[in-house]
Amino acid sequence: MAESTAAVNSGMLSRLGNWLQARWQSIITAIPLFWLLLFFLAPFFIVLKISVAESLIASPPFSSLFEWGEGLLPSVSVTAENYSYLWEDDLYVRTYLSSLKIASISTLLCLLVGYPIAYAISRADGAMRYILLFLVILPFWTSFLLRVYAWMGLLADQGTFNNLLMWLGVIEKPIRLLYTQFAVYVGIVYSYLPFMILPLYANMEKLDNSMQEAAADLGARPAAGFFTVTLPLTAPGILAGCLLVFIPATGEFVIPDLLGGGNVLMIGRVLYGEFNSNHDWPVASAVAIALLIVLVLPMMLYHRVQARNAEQNT
Amino acid sequence: MTQDSPYPWREEGATPFIKIEGLSKRFGSFTAVDDVSLDIFKGELFGLLGGSGCGKTTLLRMLAGFETPTSGSIFIDGADMTHVPPYERPVNMMFQSYALFPHMSVEKNIAYGLKRDGVNRSEISDRVAEMLKMVELSEFGRRKPSQLSGGQRQRVALARALVKRPKVLLLDEPLAALDKRLREQTQFELMNIQDQLGVTFVVVTHDQEEAMTLSTRIAVMDAGRFIQIGEPAEIYENPASSFIANFIGSANLLPAKILERHGGVAVLEHSGSKRQFKVATDSTQVGDTPTLAIRPEKILIDKAPLNQCDNQLQGTVREVAYLGKISTYRVETDIGEIIEVTAPNQVRPTGVGHKIDWDDSVHLGWNADSAVLLAE
Ligand SMILES: Nc1ncnc2c1ncn2[C@@H]1O[C@H](COP(=O)(O)OP(=O)(O)OP(=O)(O)O)[C@@H](O)[C@H]1O
Ligand SMILES: [Mg+2]
Repeated sequence: MAESTAAVNSGMLSRLGNWLQARWQSIITAIPLFWLLLFFLAPFFIVLKISVAESLIASPPFSSLFEWGEGLLPSVSVTAENYSYLWEDDLYVRTYLSSLKIASISTLLCLLVGYPIAYAISRADGAMRYILLFLVILPFWTSFLLRVYAWMGLLADQGTFNNLLMWLGVIEKPIRLLYTQFAVYVGIVYSYLPFMILPLYANMEKLDNSMQEAAADLGARPAAGFFTVTLPLTAPGILAGCLLVFIPATGEFVIPDLLGGGNVLMIGRVLYGEFNSNHDWPVASAVAIALLIVLVLPMMLYHRVQARNAEQNT
Repeated sequence: MTQDSPYPWREEGATPFIKIEGLSKRFGSFTAVDDVSLDIFKGELFGLLGGSGCGKTTLLRMLAGFETPTSGSIFIDGADMTHVPPYERPVNMMFQSYALFPHMSVEKNIAYGLKRDGVNRSEISDRVAEMLKMVELSEFGRRKPSQLSGGQRQRVALARALVKRPKVLLLDEPLAALDKRLREQTQFELMNIQDQLGVTFVVVTHDQEEAMTLSTRIAVMDAGRFIQIGEPAEIYENPASSFIANFIGSANLLPAKILERHGGVAVLEHSGSKRQFKVATDSTQVGDTPTLAIRPEKILIDKAPLNQCDNQLQGTVREVAYLGKISTYRVETDIGEIIEVTAPNQVRPTGVGHKIDWDDSVHLGWNADSAVLLAE
């Protein structure tokens, strides 16, 4: 009797084992999937829902999607008004364009500054490489906000840079640095540089020295070798770095707010204003969803092209 | 001064094509290449042979221009190349790892060097096609390197290095990644190419058999220095030291002392057993204590006495390794040394066992001119 129970148990255990074995891959992928569902898709749908509601002076400050009337089925009230509002008031369009412009230029600047740094780190030897890498991530050890405030101190009219320049006699009275586009670029490039350097470094570390040597051996001068071999081989790193900088930079709020003051239009600040000053949650949500579309569509397109290229290559 | 001689290095005063003079390379306090000098002649297929870490790659990289010599100079075709950057040298290299550009097709890889030189398009495509045909990869031009087998990649690397018709082609262990059959086939291909194009080859290898088959001459390296330079047969038959005798093939080494010398033949005494042997020599003095080296294949082995030989031993077979066309025997001899002998298997072994088997008593014999004396 006891024996047969044991047999049944072990049979069940082995069946469980088989089941786990057959499915462990889907179980493991289920974990991040669940995470994304919970913390990305769910909030996304909430925001999407609010974006098609009407603004109310109430708590919460928007109409609900479903009205339970007389019938069995609830009546659904959806409005596209918030979106058409974005389109009609050219403030929003201009702000989106301005954000995209600032993010693009910042990304390019990050790339120009970050590429040589990443390259130098990847070619440094032994301990030096880890020291340099550590220096790249060192700023993360203090709060982002504090670092932006520090830049305010550096760029202010009576700040470090102006004082230094005046002391050197380069200028007579302070030049305006803070609350300009320049300050915003400085802030974004400074803050996002590690996000450019790290993926580039990861890509370049794998780059075989003999590739460049082969190019030189075949007659490529250093510049030609760079453009025909090094650059194409580091393209995946460039792309990853650019996306990591461009996407958050487009929606950046703190930097334009603190360093740009009222002079720099960026969508993050508008979003913040709609939520907190105007209390117009539906319009704010529409701003957020539109931003998402602006950012996600090009990426999806890019993926499609990539996938098609990969198919053609095989 | 006949440049057309197939053996220019044998000639006094012939002009070398590559001239290496007192070349050294130090990494920090470590000397990878130590004051080497070497002349390589036009059309040679020169082999650099040596154990791991002896400095072969470093020497080759200095020839290609990737490594700046600490001292010394390199001349190619009369021009001083010591400080010329790689992209201006008339030299191409086939890398140990092939270093094919993964983002380019086979065709583009091969065309790369020609494009850098500004060769016009139609000529590029002609020459690429010609190269592809030569390495038998015409159908694979559009593939990426990742879609090729190891042997195919190696041929692409060869084509890419050859398409520019360099004066010198450097090959760093070109055949290491290939299986035996493909390796032998490619060795002959390389020799053919060298014959057809007249390019001067410098080939690094640590496979002595490969060096012997391929090379017109071989330089044996150890610890950053050349310890012998010569034609394959010369190095094999007249190794300069017991290290080389054992590195190129194998040899039985017996410590000995010269007792007397009559013309070209000396009588020596084996240090352990005091047994006397005859050896052909023209340079030793009575009283010298050289090492007697005898190649395993130069010793006869038989169950009957070998009275026709100048030197004879008796012994018992301790080990037999049957290798197909030959067998290797390790024989414990009456002079207290284990002697290795190889003999061709001319008779098909029938019935049980071979003609000579484990624990058989055997006679060994060799002639005075089959052995050499090594000073060190
Ligand atoms: N960049 C370098 N820095 C320091 N030491 C080096 C460097 N390159 C080579 N060496 C050293 O120089 C010596 C010779 O190296 P090399 O690569 O020339 O050997 P090799 O003869 O090609 O060996 P293998 O047959 O293993 O390829 C080695 O001991 C190596 O550790
Ligand atoms: Mg090597």
